[in-house]
Amino acid sequence: MRPSDDTLAGYNFAYLDEQTKRMIRRAILKAVAIPGYQVPFAGREMPLPYGWGTGGIQVTAAVIGPDDTLKVIDQGADDTTNAVSIRRFFATVANVATTEKTTEATVIQTRHRIPEKPLTEDQILVYQVPIPEPLRWMEARETETRKMHALEDYGVMHVKLYEDIAHLGRIATSYDYPVKVNGRYVMAPSPIPKFDNPKMDRMPALQLFGAGREKRIYAVPPYTRVESLDFEDHPFEVQTWDHACALCGSTESYLDEVVMDDQGGRMFVCSDTDFCGERQAAQAREAAE
Amino acid sequence: MMPFDLNTERPLLRVDGLARHYGDRIGCTDVSFDLWPGEVLGIVGESGSGKTTLLNTLSARLEPTAGRIEYRTRDGEVVDVYGLSEPRRRLLMRTEWGIVHQNPRDGLRMAVSAGANIGERLMAVGARHYGGIRAQAIDWMGRVEIKEERVDDLPRTFSGGMQQRLQIARNLVTGPRLVFMDEPTGGLDVSVQARLLDLLRTLVGQMGLSVVLVTHDLAVARLLAHRLMVMKDGRVVEQGLTDQVLDDPHHPYTQLLVSSVLQV
Repeated sequence: MRPSDDTLAGYNFAYLDEQTKRMIRRAILKAVAIPGYQVPFAGREMPLPYGWGTGGIQVTAAVIGPDDTLKVIDQGADDTTNAVSIRRFFATVANVATTEKTTEATVIQTRHRIPEKPLTEDQILVYQVPIPEPLRWMEARETETRKMHALEDYGVMHVKLYEDIAHLGRIATSYDYPVKVNGRYVMAPSPIPKFDNPKMDRMPALQLFGAGREKRIYAVPPYTRVESLDFEDHPFEVQTWDHACALCGSTESYLDEVVMDDQGGRMFVCSDTDFCGERQAAQAREAAE
Repeated sequence: MMPFDLNTERPLLRVDGLARHYGDRIGCTDVSFDLWPGEVLGIVGESGSGKTTLLNTLSARLEPTAGRIEYRTRDGEVVDVYGLSEPRRRLLMRTEWGIVHQNPRDGLRMAVSAGANIGERLMAVGARHYGGIRAQAIDWMGRVEIKEERVDDLPRTFSGGMQQRLQIARNLVTGPRLVFMDEPTGGLDVSVQARLLDLLRTLVGQMGLSVVLVTHDLAVARLLAHRLMVMKDGRVVEQGLTDQVLDDPHHPYTQLLVSSVLQV
């Protein structure tokens, strides 16, 4: 999938100019040095609207090299609009190889999922983040939230969880579930389902988070402790399903509910298309043998 | 009125030459006093006399222009309040101090339930057991005479008096030693005011709290305060025991203030 070596005429490699990439790399280095801390950076205008992954795209542009292989997923799927257009963007402006296979990728940009297949030390996971500030819903003032982070003043995060239990009997927050990184900073994991939170803990791959509109970069270095906030008597739990994937039969993956018709027919399928596809292919091979 | 402990040798709060200026204007100036454990100090004066400026400066929310505030912590250590690092100061405010605002909206989180409002301070100092936090919240609701069944209701559905009581519970749940109150009964009708005063008096007595109370209502001051400071134009014009100041005012302004109280 590698056409030629020269990139699109008139553009620098990976769209951003070298100075900008250096600036972003400096922010990334700082973010890696202080796990979970939101580093401000001079976010650029990108050729796609805010909310479509402008932060993730800038981080990817700053870390990707000509020998990298890029995978882009949107809600676990490789074939949705956002994923396809970002993949094509980098194929055009950076001439890099792209893939839909998790194992082949060296850089994975994601919107709202972590692949089911465990990642390795050779991979970088880049998250697109809409709202990087986990305290935002409890405290609207940015000056105050920064102080709260600086002073580790995180009592309000549990107030939110308390409210969930008081009104619904359990912690109902199901995505963007707040985590504490390396025992210090409370961090928004971007709107991944809480099902994926345990995967962040001590992940061998480097995790980078880019928020384009809010102009923040933060990171979780490989093998870093990531704990989901909870109460002693209401421990953190992930979602479970009564169904297996209708296509590949997996009972361990994150399932999407798909409405089939207007008679109430629905099916549950894996949200990670690569994971599901590979399992189906393996089953087909077995059946043929 | 509960007698405070006269045997404790050292004051809880020692204020020396405190001043806060707003440019050329004086917010308050040259304020010095000692506050002893278990003592309730009333600050009275007309509006604009610098009461609230003084209270904010005392409670570490408004940097003073001059002067010094020393506080003796639970461990017996004497600290300079504005010399502390910000994390220590915040910890102090969360664990040893309480602040009851005139308007409950300033002191409560209106968008979260009463139980969470009371539990917030507990969670801020590390409580992580939901059942325990909730039990304490319910206990405190009882102590401030709010029905247990309202524990999951939002404070905005509460009456003014209930909101004020909730604010008091939220402050007292971590067992502070010093509470700052800014017109705690302001805006409440008289019967509700009377019950709130009763409650405050009981709690102050039970917990041995020290209180700095700002009010323009001399009746409130007479009921709650052991000692009074009368302020005018940012200065303390008279101070002494409450009964003394109110029954035998010396300064002309205090005399005016006392004689202006409407008699029913």
